[in-house]
Amino acid sequence: MKIHEYQAKDILREYGIPVPRGGMAATAQEAREVASRLRGEVVIKAQVYAGGRGKAGGIRMASSPEEAGELAQEMMGSRLITHQTSAEGVPVEKVLVEEAVGIERELYLGIVIDSARGMPVMMASEAGGMDIEEVAAKMPQKILKAYIEPVIGFQPFLGRRLAFGMNLAAEQVRPATQLMGNLYRAFVEKDCSLAEINPLVVTSDGRLLALDAKLNLDDNAFFRHRDWDTLRDPEQEDELELEASRHNISYIKLDGDVGCMVNGAGLAMATMDIIKLMGAQPANFLDVGGGASEEMVTKAFTLLLADPKVKAALINIFGGILRCDIVARGVIQAAKQVEVKVPVVVRMRGTNVDEGMRLLAESGLPIILAADLRDAAEKVVAAEEGKI
Amino acid sequence: MSILVDENTRLVVQGITGSEGSFHARKCMEYGTKVVAGVTPGKGGSSFEGVPVFNSVEQAVRETGANASMIFVPPAFAADAILEAADGGIPLVVCITDGIPTFDMVTVLRYLKEGKTRLIGPNCPGVISPGKCKVGLMPGDIHMPGSVGVVSRSGTLTYEAVAQLTEQGVGQSTCIGVGGDPLIGTTFVEVLRMFQGDAQTRLVVLIGEIGGMAEQEAAAFIKSKMNKPVIAFVAGSTAPPGRRMGHAGAIITGSSATAQEKIAALASASATIAQSPAEIGMVARRVLEGSA
Repeated sequence: MKIHEYQAKDILREYGIPVPRGGMAATAQEAREVASRLRGEVVIKAQVYAGGRGKAGGIRMASSPEEAGELAQEMMGSRLITHQTSAEGVPVEKVLVEEAVGIERELYLGIVIDSARGMPVMMASEAGGMDIEEVAAKMPQKILKAYIEPVIGFQPFLGRRLAFGMNLAAEQVRPATQLMGNLYRAFVEKDCSLAEINPLVVTSDGRLLALDAKLNLDDNAFFRHRDWDTLRDPEQEDELELEASRHNISYIKLDGDVGCMVNGAGLAMATMDIIKLMGAQPANFLDVGGGASEEMVTKAFTLLLADPKVKAALINIFGGILRCDIVARGVIQAAKQVEVKVPVVVRMRGTNVDEGMRLLAESGLPIILAADLRDAAEKVVAAEEGKI
Repeated sequence: MSILVDENTRLVVQGITGSEGSFHARKCMEYGTKVVAGVTPGKGGSSFEGVPVFNSVEQAVRETGANASMIFVPPAFAADAILEAADGGIPLVVCITDGIPTFDMVTVLRYLKEGKTRLIGPNCPGVISPGKCKVGLMPGDIHMPGSVGVVSRSGTLTYEAVAQLTEQGVGQSTCIGVGGDPLIGTTFVEVLRMFQGDAQTRLVVLIGEIGGMAEQEAAAFIKSKMNKPVIAFVAGSTAPPGRRMGHAGAIITGSSATAQEKIAALASASATIAQSPAEIGMVARRVLEGSA
């Protein structure tokens, strides 16, 4: 789960990590108020779930509260297109108004879990800022790494190694070490999958400050952080994808026109792959999950059909836990709620397949039955091209 | 032979009285797996389908000599259940549970490093040695005893591949789903090492997917340590970068985690690549016939 920069900074502040003074604004009036409270030059930062804002005009300077209000007004309601967003961009609904600070150096600090080692790793670099991904790709030696033993946690010696490694001045080493320890504590206690401060700046008066912050939260840990619900921003998510996630369905919209509904992520990806191999483009990734109910199947199939681009649909189910008759009932139920205007190819196998097939055959829906995966892909591509 | 599970496996099911646990425990028993015990804290002393239920793994092991565990407890308690099984001295733990917080697994894997317990999963379909023993969710009837080892990060895609093998008349020695999470107990490389040393296994089918580096590590191992033929399929060629496809593991983190990069690595290790997911069974049969 992603959260906004202003929310991430609230969490960092809670853990004693210095961040610039500022506040979130959802209207031009609020932006003016925050700016006049801060006094002097301020920075207006678009709050979106995508990176690359600076180069896309999502970060602007204002020298007065009036200008801050104008810039905020301009940004809000517009869509920001960065190299990380789709061509349509993402809507800007909120901005963060912060004091402008004099910057001496831009560093990078981040924590992720290294899956190969099964340990958290803290990464630090003196080449922080906008081009950190390029630095990581071209000069990996500029990224320092410290693996953190989970049983003992982050120790000061690791902090000193990273701080001296980034050539921090002697008097900055202790606060840097403390900041790193605090970031690790936030990472663990808030169940983050990523905690990143980029840039971590040294200000012109020698202080360390988290100028930007990004925290991604581990969805699996939601059960012990009920407050995360309040951090969600539905405006930043695709409407169909959001609706799917409310029903525990994994749905990702793509650009093609062959819709597919599959059980299991691996089989769902393989189904998309074979659609492409046969010469068509998948319209979506949709995994109804292992233990889907009839209601979930109904919801999933309705979502798939809600995409106006879909010209043909493929249902590929390898029943194990999920029974084929449940899938058939769910599909039939969906067809009662929305009109099925496109041909639907169904391939089912496994538990209760005969009953499932019988239900579909008797339903009167425009269904084309397929014998196996290849047959299903061939038929759905033919259907998409209007050949059957 | 086969690997990990066979006629000598004595299974304890943790979470045997839950809805999923009881359903699959029954299916495993029907397949012929020796389910010797169940564990549900608070329900010790009762029984399930004639199998004694205990309050703790330690007690189940003491009373029944269980030597493998299958875990079905909810995600919030699953890490604790794995630790309990390891502490109880169980050599093989198969954790089916999906949705365990990543940091819980960091602690679990750290603990398992010191001991003798092998963990399969979490978020996996389990392990089956056809005709001998099934520890997991997979439909038993699509399998057939034989000489092909199957290892995969996926669930239903593994069933798809296995069903194709069986349709082609190609039986399996052992089929293992290692799990779709970023942090798992047993990796591709460890399973490949076991297959390489298993007399029954003549060929290995490896099913990978986008995200992480497991396929590249497998490729390096195949190149340097294996003389048995390997067939590989990697799912996710059409997945857009940066998006997560259901599995937490299936995240493209850089160009090295794409399907194309993984396929290239496996091909350079002389694995035979199945280009289409519908061809896995056929390619395996051809390679097996060619190597006979």
